[in-house]
Amino acid sequence: MTGAEIFVECLKREGVKEFFGYPGGAVIPLFDELYKHWEEFRFILVRHEQAAAHAADGYARATGKVGVCIATSGPGATNLTTGIATAYMDSVPIVAFTGQVRTAMIGSDAFQEADVTGITRPITKHNYLVKDVEDLARIIKEAFYIARTGRPGPVLVDVPVDIGLAETEFDYPEKVELRGYKPNYKGHPLQIKRVAKAIEESERPLLYIGGGVVISGAHEEVRQLAEKANIPVTTTLMALGTFPPDHPLYLGMPGMHGTRYANMAFIECDLIIAVGARFDDRVTGKIDAFAPHAKIAHIDIDPAAISKNVKVHIPVVGDAKLILRELLPLVKPRPRNSWNDQIDEWKRKWPLTYRNSDSVVKPQYVVEQIYEATKDRETIIATEVGQNQMWTAQYYKFHRPRTLLTSGGLGTMGYGFPASVGAQVGRPDALVIDIAGDGSIQMNIQELATVVQHGLPIKIAILNNGYLGMVRQWQELFWGRRYSAVDIAVQPDFVKLAEAYGIKGMRIEHPSEVRDAIEEALKEPGPVLMDFRIEREENVFPMVPAGKALHEMIGGLA
Amino acid sequence: MKHTIAALVENRFGVLARIAGLFSARGFNIDSLTVGETEDPTISRMTIVVEGDDRVLEQVMKQLNKLVDVIKVSDISSQKFVDRELVLIKVNAPRSRRSEIMEIAEVFRAKIVDISPNTLTIEATGNEDKIKAIIGMLKPFGIKELARTGRVAMLREFRGEV
Repeated sequence: MTGAEIFVECLKREGVKEFFGYPGGAVIPLFDELYKHWEEFRFILVRHEQAAAHAADGYARATGKVGVCIATSGPGATNLTTGIATAYMDSVPIVAFTGQVRTAMIGSDAFQEADVTGITRPITKHNYLVKDVEDLARIIKEAFYIARTGRPGPVLVDVPVDIGLAETEFDYPEKVELRGYKPNYKGHPLQIKRVAKAIEESERPLLYIGGGVVISGAHEEVRQLAEKANIPVTTTLMALGTFPPDHPLYLGMPGMHGTRYANMAFIECDLIIAVGARFDDRVTGKIDAFAPHAKIAHIDIDPAAISKNVKVHIPVVGDAKLILRELLPLVKPRPRNSWNDQIDEWKRKWPLTYRNSDSVVKPQYVVEQIYEATKDRETIIATEVGQNQMWTAQYYKFHRPRTLLTSGGLGTMGYGFPASVGAQVGRPDALVIDIAGDGSIQMNIQELATVVQHGLPIKIAILNNGYLGMVRQWQELFWGRRYSAVDIAVQPDFVKLAEAYGIKGMRIEHPSEVRDAIEEALKEPGPVLMDFRIEREENVFPMVPAGKALHEMIGGLA
Repeated sequence: MKHTIAALVENRFGVLARIAGLFSARGFNIDSLTVGETEDPTISRMTIVVEGDDRVLEQVMKQLNKLVDVIKVSDISSQKFVDRELVLIKVNAPRSRRSEIMEIAEVFRAKIVDISPNTLTIEATGNEDKIKAIIGMLKPFGIKELARTGRVAMLREFRGEV
């Protein structure tokens, strides 16, 4: 078989049906082989390689499968990097294939040459440059294995043009044997016992749930643990959807734009049981003032996540679901106590709230209305990054895991729209909505053509304030209202732009039109772009100012 | 505090870059790094000396362990180990002072590996203290050039109290 034939055969063996990409000189051999198998795959041709990586990422997050993308050498590959870094920071399994110049020309500054394995080394879980066609099948097998096991992440395979043309025997290994890579899934029984004991001894426990629970599929076990021992639960941005939003034990999201009561729970608790979370600075606030009274138990599959940012007293390395299953029978039922009462009082005192208006559209209201209009359907929400992301996290109620796609770690503007392309391809049954800002949407607006070409009925809701809103908010609050380089009121007519691409565009300028517009958009069988003209200087509150402690929140009081 | 880390890694191209890149990306300083093939030609051994407190060390070890090409990592400075470094020192040596320098070399069991009318080049091996001492002794003569290999280290086989 030729390398290109091996490539296609390996994709089939890995169960890849859908993938994303953009051709170019160095990958013509691979695309030529794909052409012979066109009906066996659904290949989504994007309009910019960055979108291919984000789409593979959105596909992976929405389905739990490995996302695949492909781009050519040089600029094709470098365009993928933002998407790869985004996936890396949020532990998303993708395999990226890139073309490379002929092996004999590597290092000669050839046309469209870039040291792609060098460039992507710090943003991939692992990467490969294929130097011999005989290694290709093994490498692809390993790439998929590494991407989806342990703490998942992106793996890149760089394939020189001549490798695609070279011939060898096809031999797909049954098993992967990597002596340097053996992820550990089963938690240490003694450590699990120590967690159970810590819960028993604790007066004020708190479950702090992160994206690892989504990846592991441990949300049911988390709920059982919380209910058995009456432990309040806070879920990070990455874990929204893992705990029922209306549950009495639920505290919502913690951190910079989290709820006051989740943050107060961190300050006052005496035990944190962290599951698949990594004590990110956006969650902890000022690290020295974080959880001053708490003993910390940390369940995580990545040993390096433990004691990285805070000192952990009871580490348990392994898979969240397996560990929680071991832990559950060891935990004694714990009746509600004054801690639960205290938390209920905080929840009553500091509800998440905003001041609505009957003359100007408030972004929080738009998000609430999108929720109301979609809550009875299978809905996947993608966001961009900035205010749109935080308003969505605060005001959309996520009931199931894998229904929020958002760039949490890297904070990539332009992620949401291409991620929704991936999600819609992976979940054709679901309603997919991208909640965007007017800044972010313009970072990958070219994908409107992809959506049209591939018949993806994605709805886009732009919360349009004519500003790079989150930066403007920081400038307003902490930089003396010096609005440096954030006014983007000069922008296209988004309705006409949508129409130019052949899709429905809507402009919503008054609060009374919001709900009807959403309903109308949802009725439309094809993609729709909604341009919500919102209050220009609305802020995301409450907020922990950068460098402050979690209890030093500002704004957002009723 | 200085720590000596021994890492067994796949003997493949790009592995050194991966490890060096990890150190720079995570803001860890490398004092020295040596690498060479082991008794198994598919495995290389790296000896890395890093400066840092226990938390830095713990992160370094964990991050190294995460690399797919890294097979085993151990902090050997927490146990009994032997370590050696080789150094080449080119020192000013006018005829009048040559014997003095050669005497010093002898004390340190070092070898003279090159000689010219005005210089001697000395090869010395030893642990850090010994290397430091011979450099200190030769400094007054004027060291023209100095090349160090960095530390290689190995756990002692007999680890009981003697």
